Amino acid sequence: MGAFLRQEWWIVAVFIASLLPLVHVLFTGRVSALRSLDRRWIFLLMFWAVLLPIYYVSSTGNVLPEVPGALAQATFDEIEKLSPGDPVLMAFDYDPPTTGEMAPMATAFVRHAAEKRLRMYFMTLWPPGAQMIDDTIARVLKPDFPQLVYGRDYVNLGYKSGQEAVIKVVVTNLRELYTTDVLGTGVQNIPMMDGITSIQQMKLIINVASGTPGTKEWVQYAVTPYPNLRIVAGVTGVSAPLYYPYIPRQLNGLLGAIKGAAEYEQLVLNRYGGPNPNPKYMEGLRRMAPQLVGHLLIIGLIIVANVLYFTDPARGRR
Amino acid sequence: MTAGVKRETLIWGVVMLLGAVGLLGHALSSPLGVGREYVRAVPLANGQWTQYDPATYGEYLGAERAQPGQQVVQLSVPRTIGLWFAAFCTLAIFSFLYADNPFYRVAEHIFVGVSAAYWMVIAFWDVIVPNVIGKIWPGLVQGWAMPGLSGPEAERNLVYVVPLVLGIMLLWRLMPVGGWIARWPLAVIVGTTAGLRLIGFLHGDFLGQIRNTILPLVVFTGGAFDFWGSLSNVIIVVGVLCCLTYFFFSFEHTGVVGKAARVGIWMLMITFGAAFGYTVMGRIALLGARIEFLLDNWLWLIDPTGKRAIATVIVSLFG
Amino acid sequence: MKRTVPLLIAATTGFVLIVAYFVPPMQSWSEQVSVWFDILAAVAFVLGGANLMKIHLKHISDRARGWGYSAVLVVAFLGTLFVGLGKIGVNPATQFPDFAWSGPYRQNGSPFWVLFEYVFTPLNSTMFALVAFYIASAAFRAFRAKNAEAILLLGTAFIVLLGRTFAGVALTSWIDPAVWSGFQYFTGLRIENLTVYIMAVFNTVGNRAIMIGIALGIVSTSLKILLGLDRSYLGKE
Repeated sequence: MGAFLRQEWWIVAVFIASLLPLVHVLFTGRVSALRSLDRRWIFLLMFWAVLLPIYYVSSTGNVLPEVPGALAQATFDEIEKLSPGDPVLMAFDYDPPTTGEMAPMATAFVRHAAEKRLRMYFMTLWPPGAQMIDDTIARVLKPDFPQLVYGRDYVNLGYKSGQEAVIKVVVTNLRELYTTDVLGTGVQNIPMMDGITSIQQMKLIINVASGTPGTKEWVQYAVTPYPNLRIVAGVTGVSAPLYYPYIPRQLNGLLGAIKGAAEYEQLVLNRYGGPNPNPKYMEGLRRMAPQLVGHLLIIGLIIVANVLYFTDPARGRR
Repeated sequence: MTAGVKRETLIWGVVMLLGAVGLLGHALSSPLGVGREYVRAVPLANGQWTQYDPATYGEYLGAERAQPGQQVVQLSVPRTIGLWFAAFCTLAIFSFLYADNPFYRVAEHIFVGVSAAYWMVIAFWDVIVPNVIGKIWPGLVQGWAMPGLSGPEAERNLVYVVPLVLGIMLLWRLMPVGGWIARWPLAVIVGTTAGLRLIGFLHGDFLGQIRNTILPLVVFTGGAFDFWGSLSNVIIVVGVLCCLTYFFFSFEHTGVVGKAARVGIWMLMITFGAAFGYTVMGRIALLGARIEFLLDNWLWLIDPTGKRAIATVIVSLFG
Repeated sequence: MKRTVPLLIAATTGFVLIVAYFVPPMQSWSEQVSVWFDILAAVAFVLGGANLMKIHLKHISDRARGWGYSAVLVVAFLGTLFVGLGKIGVNPATQFPDFAWSGPYRQNGSPFWVLFEYVFTPLNSTMFALVAFYIASAAFRAFRAKNAEAILLLGTAFIVLLGRTFAGVALTSWIDPAVWSGFQYFTGLRIENLTVYIMAVFNTVGNRAIMIGIALGIVSTSLKILLGLDRSYLGKE
């Protein structure tokens, strides 16, 4: 920390300088100024609460240790118990705004599936999801798994509109909707599509979802009516609590928010990472530092606000 | 000009000036410079055209060291301009946090325009061409945009004239006369949604969740009584019943029902507290991603994934 | 006619899907209806874009307040549509070099891809990132522990906020059987374990009850629509 402060003194100086006006406001106005604090000061505090840890972690390479929880372990085990060549559906139902949470999960899932030599069938229910699939393939498979061949080991079927109606169709007749892959090759001519007529032939659905349509729809329209299907999901923090009721009968594993991503990354690194893991597989782990400071800021703000509220002499008169 | 407006303008001016000075200073003082995009030229189809795949500054320096003047890994001016435009768009959106302003408005309207057209283009190429035109006129689509269409999927299926006609009827909503005809395809949409969701929610959420709640109240693990497992199951069963009792608003919450509803409220408060905690976690992660974009991709102040790590070593060794 | 036929269409499509669920030989009918729905969903995107153009072109022609921004929107829309539909700058697919239009419209490096990567993505992502700031502001302005329920909510939020980060681990790391053997009965009180328990038990309880309630509401609304009791989707006469 000392070395960081000496080397990056300028950012600390900017941080202090930006908050000097706030200190002045609080010093002159005291408690009443705090009670009527302009919310833009809170925005600034949140900005620094996220920026400084990101800067620190990226400059020093120090990440906080993660102890994987039971759900992350269950998710890992579902994929780990599959055999090479098993077909898995990679349903990436997210868009650019949620890549902060979803991309680490997608990266880790694809890496894990590639290490296990699973046959990956990518599809999405979100229009921008097709680009998310392309990005993940370009980030993981092309540079680190060049021995995997498109069409034989993985295929990108792309996007179809209709949300849950797409699931309703592909769970019984995949080829009714998907006549070609995203590159325009007919499914007839894709070797790994031989014999694949529906999602029911997938050993596992790996779903990365940031809203609707997403995990809920896959559970309702694929897994529940066809109990042989199994699913693990990586979801956003906003939606994660909503899926706990499905565990474990309808949802076999769940990664919730960036914490879930970090835990799963740790598991994959422990198993396949080696002594010098590639930093692109540690994105979730890096993002836990701003989470820590951000959460502490939120807690601090709530405590300060409540202290001000309960010590407000005008409160009894209202 | 009022004092408040003057002050706001002064603050905007100072922030812009400091930002510009800081950016210029960083660009001039940083050994690696600031955000630039590099590409690797990959000739395709026997050199008929070239595809440009993303590359890093480290790869560029390495290629230049190996063969000065090479053109395989090169600076991409369009993508660099795009990167700076993306950065300024990001800052324009963030500027709304201070106050509504024209930069934010322009950025917002660009976003709405681009995203609406983006979704239209996707709908056309991913659905309408393969799943409508390709089913009714497969030969046309094969000869034009999808030569890979083959096999049973390439056979003509005139049943798809129905969704084509329904689609045209839906678009007729925009016409000044006869917009009522759009109700027919709208009825298909509404009817399908209602039919799908009735079964999906009934099976997955109603029956499924009742089934998931039928849990043993006395749990034995490895032959021994599992206190915590039993307690968890008791809390789940009793808690779900209490919450459902709270949702019965058609009779008074007094006596035993009132007490059960009270317990239900407490369970719901815990649920909402947990939801708030997770929501905070989710949103901070999204902000972190944007800040990382500004610091890494644009300003080259940090390099968490080592895209410029090789470059840093080369610069420090050779200047 | 204008209202009766759509009611019949809605009822027919809905009941085909419901009956097909219980009568497997009818599955192909439900697949067909679902595929038509998927196609109509795509047409709806076209309708949405066209409607947006209609509104903003009217703003411009009326010289309404802020029409300049509408002009920016129209230019952005038409530009994206042109490069996307026209596959401008998209090379043919390598396996079909003789077909000029065979390349994927999202090809890396094409103008459409550039618009997605450097315009759509940063703008969309930053819009969502703004919410983090508003959550902090709302936490300061609105969250008051005024009664027992609010205290329960805030207390749970604190435990989850701490438990999902390293702060929680550090705060209660002293509850360790290695420190005192008696702690083996209290490891569940470690904040990270408390968080897991809250999510797995209490959160499940609340969300399960909400899910059951919502499911009943959806079933009731769907039935009302299919039986023609709810005709709000048809609009005015």
